[in-house]
Amino acid sequence: MRAVGRKLGFYLVTTWAAITVNFAIPRLMPGNAVDGFLGRIGGRLSGRALKALTVTLGANTHKSLFSQYLSYLDSIAHFRFGTSLTYFPESVSTVIGQSLPWTLVLVGVSTIIAFVVGTVLGVLAGWRHGHKLDEVLTPFGAFISSMPYFWFGLIVVAVFAIDLGWFPSYGGYDPTQTIGFNGAFLSSAFTHAVLPATTIVVTAMGAWLVGMRNMMVNTIGEDYITIARAKGLSGSAVMWRYAARNALLPNVAGFALSLGFVVAGAILTEVVFSYPGIGDVLYQAIANRDYPLMQAVFLIITLAVLAANLIADIAYVWLDPRARQGGRA
Amino acid sequence: MKVKIGIGGLVVLILVAIIGPHVAPYDPSTSSSAVLQGPSGAHLFGTTLLGQDVFSQFLVGAGPTLLVGFEAAGIATAISILIGVPSGYFGGPVGEGLTLVSNVFLVLPTLPLLIVVVGYLPGSSYAVLGLVIGLTSWAFGARVIRAQTLSLKSRDWVEAARATGDAWPRILFNDLLPGLIPVISASFLFSVAFSILTETGLEFLGLGNLSQWTWGTMLYWTQNDAAYQIGAWWWYVPPGLAIALIGLCLALVNFGIDERGNARLQRAWGERGLTRRFARRRPAALGGESPQ
Repeated sequence: MRAVGRKLGFYLVTTWAAITVNFAIPRLMPGNAVDGFLGRIGGRLSGRALKALTVTLGANTHKSLFSQYLSYLDSIAHFRFGTSLTYFPESVSTVIGQSLPWTLVLVGVSTIIAFVVGTVLGVLAGWRHGHKLDEVLTPFGAFISSMPYFWFGLIVVAVFAIDLGWFPSYGGYDPTQTIGFNGAFLSSAFTHAVLPATTIVVTAMGAWLVGMRNMMVNTIGEDYITIARAKGLSGSAVMWRYAARNALLPNVAGFALSLGFVVAGAILTEVVFSYPGIGDVLYQAIANRDYPLMQAVFLIITLAVLAANLIADIAYVWLDPRARQGGRA
Repeated sequence: MKVKIGIGGLVVLILVAIIGPHVAPYDPSTSSSAVLQGPSGAHLFGTTLLGQDVFSQFLVGAGPTLLVGFEAAGIATAISILIGVPSGYFGGPVGEGLTLVSNVFLVLPTLPLLIVVVGYLPGSSYAVLGLVIGLTSWAFGARVIRAQTLSLKSRDWVEAARATGDAWPRILFNDLLPGLIPVISASFLFSVAFSILTETGLEFLGLGNLSQWTWGTMLYWTQNDAAYQIGAWWWYVPPGLAIALIGLCLALVNFGIDERGNARLQRAWGERGLTRRFARRRPAALGGESPQ
């Protein structure tokens, strides 16, 4: 339990760091970026909306930096992120609230699939290292993990959506459908998600494939594998219950680290497919230099990644008894 | 074998980067009436929506793309050494503090952070882009270097140096650094691949300097002008494929470094199948070979 406590403490510190970085960035940037923005939007706002913006971006107030920081923390706690320029007059929170579920579903499902497929293929490749399967899978894994994610997305769209016409090429759902839990909407949402999900799965699974394969090769040299074989257990039993189980641990730890890459891949994929998730929102915000929206999205993404990391770390402690006493695994 | 392919590929691409601008048949920004043509004798990689020559863009863009990657990786590796080695070597508050800083940066997702930072600096030059990427991507290398320093710290020769009263800078250079070089070079190569991917990602989103040609900016224009909708594969395939190839070559070279350093993997590549592996493990006393 001590180990979990330490993890929680670490994530609290990191959350604080992320929030503070978000506060610091607009105030550190050179030039009149912030003033320019307030100039573009300030004329259309009044009262609380303008105040919320000033708290986020921090231009032109006569308050001390520290009191600005306190107001900032207060508005974060109440989810007051300001008004968006791109989606005016929607508030930033509304925009994020509408787009976040799309991304969570797409990225969540794709990541799980990529992890499972990559790990299984890595187990098979590692178990038969030196054989044909390994010779094919490992360079394949290395290649797909070096591909630029968005480039692969472009190719997928060109081949499967434009040329072959199997799947729609953009959007999250058919605009003629009403949103809700009805069959037609859900099925159109599904077909629109297949290509983006495939892009994310293929680009993300390479790292897990190669990582798992290397860990399997290392694990196979261990004595307990030799004993298991000597006892007469079948090959696949040893492969799954002994080798894979132990080789999996660093991959679970690495899962947390890979999330940064997956998020990057998801953002770029959403742009290529115009998928209505938070990555696409960020892209629109960049194009319009919509700073409150950009920063709020950054904060949300960072906090989501931290939460996922925390879950992965707790899962790791649960899986590996050696980590439970707070000792180094 | 893999390493040779990797190094060969890198050398070719670097040569392209150096010679490219001098060999390019056209100015990459010049538009013409030969709009959206496929590869031909006049335009080896075809033309863009504005009639620009894709091949020239590719040649001219190679240099800046690689340069930013190496610059960012250089900065990131330097920082990761400066933070990673002390965090591993020194215990106590210094070590713990530096480790905490590394872990915080490790967990923060880089691309969203870079998007926000670069978003405030529109049209930045490459030097700035490389600097910013380097400043945010050092944490992974720092962690790896820290782990290796920790492992080296307890080796006999380091203990001996400390026992005889060597000052720590001397220990650093004479005893720790030689053991750290494989890890540092692997980390540098990985960093180059990562930086190039990140840089092209940012440029694809329109955050780079759009008036200068790199592979990432080429891909931005393909997205902007919906090249894939029109079927202009000659426009978007070359830059993306080249990026993937650089990444692959770097990964292969890293593979090679890994294999040389990791005895178990080295054994694995030379053998076929598990049975031979187990058959070799007869104790030396009975006439078998020892597992080295």
